[in-house]
Amino acid sequence: MRVTVLYFGVLRDMFGARDEVVELAEGAAVEDLLRILDGRTSNVTMEARIWQSVAVAVNREYATPVVVLHEGDEVALLPPVSGGCD
Amino acid sequence: MLIEIVDGPIAAEAIVAGMKAGSDGAVCVFDGIVRDNTRGRQTLYLDYEAYREMALEQMRRLAAEAVEKFGVRDVAVVHRLGRLMVGETSVLIVVASAHRGAAFDACRWLIDTLKKTVPIWKKEMFADGAVWADGEPFPEDIALPPRGTVQ
Repeated sequence: MRVTVLYFGVLRDMFGARDEVVELAEGAAVEDLLRILDGRTSNVTMEARIWQSVAVAVNREYATPVVVLHEGDEVALLPPVSGGCD
Repeated sequence: MLIEIVDGPIAAEAIVAGMKAGSDGAVCVFDGIVRDNTRGRQTLYLDYEAYREMALEQMRRLAAEAVEKFGVRDVAVVHRLGRLMVGETSVLIVVASAHRGAAFDACRWLIDTLKKTVPIWKKEMFADGAVWADGEPFPEDIALPPRGTVQ
């Protein structure tokens, strides 16, 4: 199955893309997708600190690693948010 | 409830005026504006971006939760995206209530919670380069548990 991955904020710079389609095995969960992306980041300049602080949303809802993905899902990788003012 | 994400200036005065009703004894306004520095480093402007549909939905839920939790009458939450110059409003929160205590509490809770959970990010352009703002750590119920695969 295929899911669309969206990158925001600093992750967009790190992955060099706004979005991409990723092929996953049937029944794959959020953690399986993260493992694939994590392996890929070893080839780019990735600060572990940021990768560790990421949250995930599936179809615009915050999701845990065990959430099972489905064909066509929209999975967003969200760095710590910084809206408003300080 | 007025919940919006906008790409142009936020008409703060008009929004505040529009929030007042006869049964209100207090209107508490939080007007978040772009400061001219971060930790002493001169800021030229900020670029805000959002996961727009999710941010709007999160803002709607926060507003509804504030009404429920604090018993205030009405809430407005408006966030602006794009390039903002020093002094411009990035976020406006207005809480109308019969009494001031609930209005203050709800307003404070709304901005604090928005800053931790609503998917909006800002990049700060300084005189000597641009950086994404650090952001606040996600609350425990949103953050992913630590994974052993990353050193």
